[in-house]
Amino acid sequence: MKLTGAEIIWECLQKEGVDVVFGYPGGAILPTYDAMTKYPKIHHVLVRHEQGATHMADGYARASGKVGVAIATSGPGATNMVTGIATAMMDSSPIVCITGQVGSKAIGTDAFQETDVTGVTLPITKHNYLVTKPGEIARAIREAFYIAKSGRPGPVLVDITKDAQQMTAEFDWEGAAPRLPGYRPSYHAPMSEYARAADLINSAKRPLILAGQGILKSGTTAEVLALAKKAGIPITTTLLGIGVIPASSPLNLGMMGMHGEAWVNQAIQQADLLIALGMRFDDRVTGNLKTYALNAKKIHVDIDPTEINKNVPVDVALIGDLREVLALVEPQVKKATHSDWWTSINAQRGDAAVRDIQALPDSGHLYAAHVINDLWRLTQKRDTIVVTDVGQHQMWEAQYYRHEKPRSLITSGGLGTMGFALPAAIGAKFACPDKDVWVVVGDGGFQMTSCELATAEQEGIKVNVAIINNSFLGMVRQWQEFFYDKRYAATPMTGPDFVKLAEAYRLKGLRCNTRADVKSTVEKTLAAKGTVVIDFVVEKEDSVFPMVPAGADLDKMIRRPKQDVMLESGSDKDWEMPSASAAPVKKSAPARGRGKTLPTTKKATRPAPRKSPRR
Amino acid sequence: MAKHTLIAYVEDVPGVLNRISSLFRRRNFNIDSLTVGRTEQAGVSRLTVVVEATDAGARIVEANLYKLVNVLRVDDLTHKSALMRELGLVKVKVTPQTRAQVLQLVEVFRARVVDVDEETLVIEVTGTPEKIGKFELVLRPYGIVEIVRTGAVAMARGSALLSSAPPLVRTDTSADHGNDDSGLSMSV
Ligand SMILES: Cc1cc2nc3c(=O)[nH]c(=O)nc-3n(C[C@H](O)[C@H](O)[C@H](O)COP(=O)(O)OP(=O)(O)OC[C@H]3O[C@@H](n4cnc5c(N)ncnc54)[C@H](O)[C@@H]3O)c2cc1C
Ligand SMILES: Cc1ncc(C[n+]2csc(CCOP(=O)(O)OP(=O)(O)O)c2C)c(N)n1
Ligand SMILES: [Mg+2]
Repeated sequence: MKLTGAEIIWECLQKEGVDVVFGYPGGAILPTYDAMTKYPKIHHVLVRHEQGATHMADGYARASGKVGVAIATSGPGATNMVTGIATAMMDSSPIVCITGQVGSKAIGTDAFQETDVTGVTLPITKHNYLVTKPGEIARAIREAFYIAKSGRPGPVLVDITKDAQQMTAEFDWEGAAPRLPGYRPSYHAPMSEYARAADLINSAKRPLILAGQGILKSGTTAEVLALAKKAGIPITTTLLGIGVIPASSPLNLGMMGMHGEAWVNQAIQQADLLIALGMRFDDRVTGNLKTYALNAKKIHVDIDPTEINKNVPVDVALIGDLREVLALVEPQVKKATHSDWWTSINAQRGDAAVRDIQALPDSGHLYAAHVINDLWRLTQKRDTIVVTDVGQHQMWEAQYYRHEKPRSLITSGGLGTMGFALPAAIGAKFACPDKDVWVVVGDGGFQMTSCELATAEQEGIKVNVAIINNSFLGMVRQWQEFFYDKRYAATPMTGPDFVKLAEAYRLKGLRCNTRADVKSTVEKTLAAKGTVVIDFVVEKEDSVFPMVPAGADLDKMIRRPKQDVMLESGSDKDWEMPSASAAPVKKSAPARGRGKTLPTTKKATRPAPRKSPRR
Repeated sequence: MAKHTLIAYVEDVPGVLNRISSLFRRRNFNIDSLTVGRTEQAGVSRLTVVVEATDAGARIVEANLYKLVNVLRVDDLTHKSALMRELGLVKVKVTPQTRAQVLQLVEVFRARVVDVDEETLVIEVTGTPEKIGKFELVLRPYGIVEIVRTGAVAMARGSALLSSAPPLVRTDTSADHGNDDSGLSMSV
């Protein structure tokens, strides 16, 4: 069957099972858009900025586990995708980006809207293609999908010249099967390594599982829980591991790392064995590598050999898919309880989990932590996906929203891309139309991609946008407060009237200033038909605690000053520990003095300003 | 840190060299030399890369090369019995007084003169990169006008097969895997 290159693109997408694509037209991709009208089974979402298209594809992929697709024209269309592609790369999200390119004869001539897109995206894609002939399109797209979703997933870009879209070629799907002699999506560790891993686990006194996004990718929540339960091993998750282990599981200690639970980071430093499952020892997770978990032997399970010994030297490396690795390790692991270890962790936890958010008297101020914890209480019975942006609100969400299911939190971890949340949430909603999708976003990040409200409106979909509005680039302000003597350079930020902005987009806008109103605001939002934007006006200068300053030792955390009544993190009534002695110690909180977050007198507890902090 | 010699078989497709050099730049590995050429197999090129790295670092380079879709196989010949050769052309000044001395050095290094005029000689020398470095050193006093080196190519001796998978590293926690100062710390 002879088809144009443009038709071949759509045929291939259909064969790959694509039901929705996110894109933006332009000259070099116009033949493809023209052919789109013949393929009504694939829904095209017109975005407002190509960055949005990539984040939507990413959100779609993260919510569904399927490959997300974004389309753009050459030159500026393609370069607008760069941030979204890099975001997907860092968090191993499977997306395929299709870009138009100038005619093959014009390549290299600085033709109108010509950019070397395969060159630009080379280091931020898992692989990419420049296709100049219609007969090569099918294979490139098939390979792109295969590469994007197999092994360690990631973004793949296919740049297709305009003439290749216009000319015809034989469409032969079968004949276009991937031919990738050098591509090795997965490996197997030698059997001897499994025995060594099991030995380490069986002889450990203070083992700890570090659960990462690899568990989500391999769908091994049950297997990990079974292993942990059998061998009595506590679990902590990374930011991207949140949800892979239910927050309510007694085995789950919470998040590790820079803004992780104090007792978790202490446990890491005290452990005699770390079992890293599909996590990559990011610097937000380890703090100072020279002092990281020095008492522990380390087992690292990862599908990607380049992750082994990259940041943390390990004793046993099990390179392979987690599912396969766990199936081989688990039978060799002996039953254990490690009750002394649990007792010691629980003692630290009791001490760290100082206050119960429910017990907080309301002084009238609205704190982000309140908003998020209440949001969790009000939405926990519903099937909810929360998509967060980047900043303080992201960390508070990680601490105060209790995720029970994999893929119920979608966030940009590795790249930390502000502006991710709203478009990613739109993508997630297309993947899971039956779920509630909430956006938790800062006033800063929201303004980066708020144009996508128009996309939500045009598509008639419902995402619930909770702007945590502190009138600051809060996370940066926090660093300035801690490490730059409160010189708030370029962090105070105004914004539009978000309620009116929503209304300008023909959407519902709500504002909430007090804790008492959070419940009714959330209820109104849930009851409304379309997308709702809520302006939660919160305390301006609150900070995220605990915090391990970048590059500091993991257990050298900055803690919330005592006279401040905000709770440290994540503890509340529903948090139950496995043993009776494990119940968190509840202390009643002092009631007043909440306006200011960090009295300057507390400075001494903070480290000196660092010369070159990493963000 | 020592010099590591890796060879890689890669698909001969447009942009493949770019991918490899981009990888080295991106991961902050220092390339000493890089050569590419055809192989006995159509559509397959062979690369020799000499890189400054610790053993652990070299394993990470190897694993990263494997991660490139167009890379077929990689082997680190550093600790294997292998041949390494490079070719150099040296244009050196000569005077009637020094000509004989230079020709004697050519003899000693088993090099050969490939071009002559009144004031210069062009000498072709092959051997290990160290040998060529030495040759350059001894000619320097006479005045080197120009020098060009191909970069090393390498081949394992004997009939042992090349490795075809990245190292399934079970590494020691020895100090050679520096976290910051190995020159291989990767900014991810
Ligand atoms: C403002 C901010 C603050 C942050 N603070 C924290 C913090 O306090 N704590 C924290 O944890 N993070 C924090 N992060 C996130 C952090 O930067 C990293 O993104 C995160 O730690 C990475 O988690 P991960 O290693 O689980 O996931 P990934 O980076 O996705 O790594 C997953 C690993 O699993 C492997 N894998 C994938 N599939 C499989 C499979 N099938 N089988 C086996 N292995 C597989 C991959 O190869 C990869 O190595 C923060 C981010 C931001 C923006
Ligand atoms: C695109 C981009 N630019 C800059 C940053 C650096 N940065 C990290 S957090 C942050 C502040 C975010 O402010 P806001 O969105 O209001 O969220 P808040 O921290 O106040 O909750 C900034 C500027 C980033 N992560 N991404
Ligand atoms: Mg803000």
